[in-house]
Amino acid sequence: MENRPSVWSSNRFWRRSATWVTGVASVLLVFLTFDSMGQMKMGTAADIKNKVDKRIPSPLVINYKIDYKLNKTRGHEIPIIGGMDANGYSKYEEKEKFFGKDNWSEKEAKALIHKGKLTIQAKNCMDCHTLLGNGAYYAPDLTKAWLDPTWETLASAYGGKEYAIAKFLENPPAMAMHERKMPNLGITKEEAKAVVAYLKFMSAIDTNGFPRNFGKIKGAVDARK
Amino acid sequence: MQGNRLYEGQKLALKYFMVAIVLFGAQLLFGLVAAIQFLYPNFLFNILDFSIARILHINALVVWLLYAMIGAVYWLLPDEAGIEVVGVKLGNLAFYILTAAVAVVVLVYLFIQIGPGKESTIWFITEGREYIEAPRWADIGIVAVVLVFLYNVYATVMKGKHTGILVVLMADLIALAGLYLAGMFYTDNIAVDQYWWWWVVHLWVEATWEVYVAAVGGYILIKTLNANRKVVEMWLWIEVAMMFGSGILGLGHHYFWIGTPEYWWEIGALFSALEPVPLVGLFVHVLYDWGKERGKGNNIKNTPAFAWLTVETFGNFLGAGVWGFMHTLPQINLYTHGTQWPAAHGHLAFFGAYVAILIGAIYLAIQGKAGLKEMRMTKASWWAITLITVGVLIMSVSLTISAYVQTMVERGQYGGTWEGYFIAQANQWFVQGMGWRLFSGLAVVVGYGFLVYDLLTIDKKQPAEVREGAVAAA
Repeated sequence: MENRPSVWSSNRFWRRSATWVTGVASVLLVFLTFDSMGQMKMGTAADIKNKVDKRIPSPLVINYKIDYKLNKTRGHEIPIIGGMDANGYSKYEEKEKFFGKDNWSEKEAKALIHKGKLTIQAKNCMDCHTLLGNGAYYAPDLTKAWLDPTWETLASAYGGKEYAIAKFLENPPAMAMHERKMPNLGITKEEAKAVVAYLKFMSAIDTNGFPRNFGKIKGAVDARK
Repeated sequence: MQGNRLYEGQKLALKYFMVAIVLFGAQLLFGLVAAIQFLYPNFLFNILDFSIARILHINALVVWLLYAMIGAVYWLLPDEAGIEVVGVKLGNLAFYILTAAVAVVVLVYLFIQIGPGKESTIWFITEGREYIEAPRWADIGIVAVVLVFLYNVYATVMKGKHTGILVVLMADLIALAGLYLAGMFYTDNIAVDQYWWWWVVHLWVEATWEVYVAAVGGYILIKTLNANRKVVEMWLWIEVAMMFGSGILGLGHHYFWIGTPEYWWEIGALFSALEPVPLVGLFVHVLYDWGKERGKGNNIKNTPAFAWLTVETFGNFLGAGVWGFMHTLPQINLYTHGTQWPAAHGHLAFFGAYVAILIGAIYLAIQGKAGLKEMRMTKASWWAITLITVGVLIMSVSLTISAYVQTMVERGQYGGTWEGYFIAQANQWFVQGMGWRLFSGLAVVVGYGFLVYDLLTIDKKQPAEVREGAVAAA
């Protein structure tokens, strides 16, 4: 009896364990991926009309005012689209002009988002900035850039913050605010508009509260403020 | 492997290693440019902007690791299977096609850099997705070349001996190649985009590459210490179980904040920590067995390869394991995600888990090429391993300090705005961290110089008794 080899040093035991563990983990991943893909489908015009919250909203959110507020039930901030109801969720009512109009059709909005995403990839934005927190760390995170207080302060001078951001993107060195400045990437007027639309759309994605406290603390401890 | 006769597959491996080492140099060069730009942002502004330097830095890394990985497989494949690599001519052709394609992609990155916001840019210039920026045409080319490689491996193993190391490699390589397909599509939905992008990035570096490394590490232990094959294979299966058991669902730690459902918080937090443990187990077990027989003529057959394998074992545990786990819980990751934290982790993990072992594999090939029964470290080997290892360690600690500052100041104090970002970047401690990173980066570059010199000359610098094979015969 005492000479029987232990199962813990048996190659066959470990080979079988490895196969089972890998198989079970892969099946679980596939199952979870189907579920996640369902939950991450981009919203539609009908969702906005029926006030259905989507993790990835319809591109039509560019017609609405977007905010980022603490939701007591979920314990973190969530995007608020078109005003907040009594329970802390989106009302989809309050509109906001985007490049002069607040009635972009679903087709127009989708085309803008499409061009914006292509431009973001074509200019390698992700190799300086982070988007949804992923990318490089040489420039600020863009997840909620649309809601950044910097643009609020510049909005009036340019007739709206979308104009300010677009102007910046077309020739960033001209509006540089730091020594580490963004280069001129030859972004056209059309592309700039599309990128701004994408930033507005991205700020309405439900990121489970990332980044926390965005834009709430201004100059909290800094003596210069 | 002993003797002067090399298999054709091993000659092909040497070609892969050569390109790998050249690209390693390119990686360091562009990393240096990016590190300088953090301190002096006007350096090469408008000529080689940070984004381009970084693309070249990380793409050169990924591509040279893949080259060295393919090379190491071509090196051990005929040796393990006991026969010449099947389809080695096709393998040679694939090598030249791949290298030409890589050259074109690099030139386009360097001189064209960006394109207009159209589909054609995605196809021909850049996909703009971190790590896998390579344009779509190159993706398709890579898939074709990898298919040739897989055919060579499978056909050779089918015909020759099926050792445990080869069986694990076969299963692993097919998953590795298949996962690349998950990164080859375009979508306007950035959350879905990043979801699948992580399938490539995470399931490569935190699952399939780790298992690959364990298989090659086992082979190096057999070659350098005469390790017991049964022990190696047992730990290899433990590695597969733990790596895939924790790594596949460990994907969840990238799905905390990208528009994904909340259940990934729990899943991601749970499955991450166990990834590199078995490699340490294997290493210690084999070293213990070897120590018992010490002094009975069982010298380490290749001390530089063994030294790099030692760096690998503990570097992997520290860089991938400890540094990863430090910020993997969602409660912490909420503040560290998108800061220098992943940069600190990434530098130490890529070095510890992949760079070290692949350099070890290259030393093993140099020994085989020279037909030496035993190969000893030279002064240059010592300087190379010391400067590179200590350099990367200091670099990672420096980045960690900067990361702390960024997390506390930008995220904790200012809530992550543009203003908060730049206040944190200007913080004296953040800047000091960046300074030390540049300094240690220079040390790594000097170490790389020693490494290249050593790889070219080590076989000629062996002491007389080693060259005549007197030691091994004793």
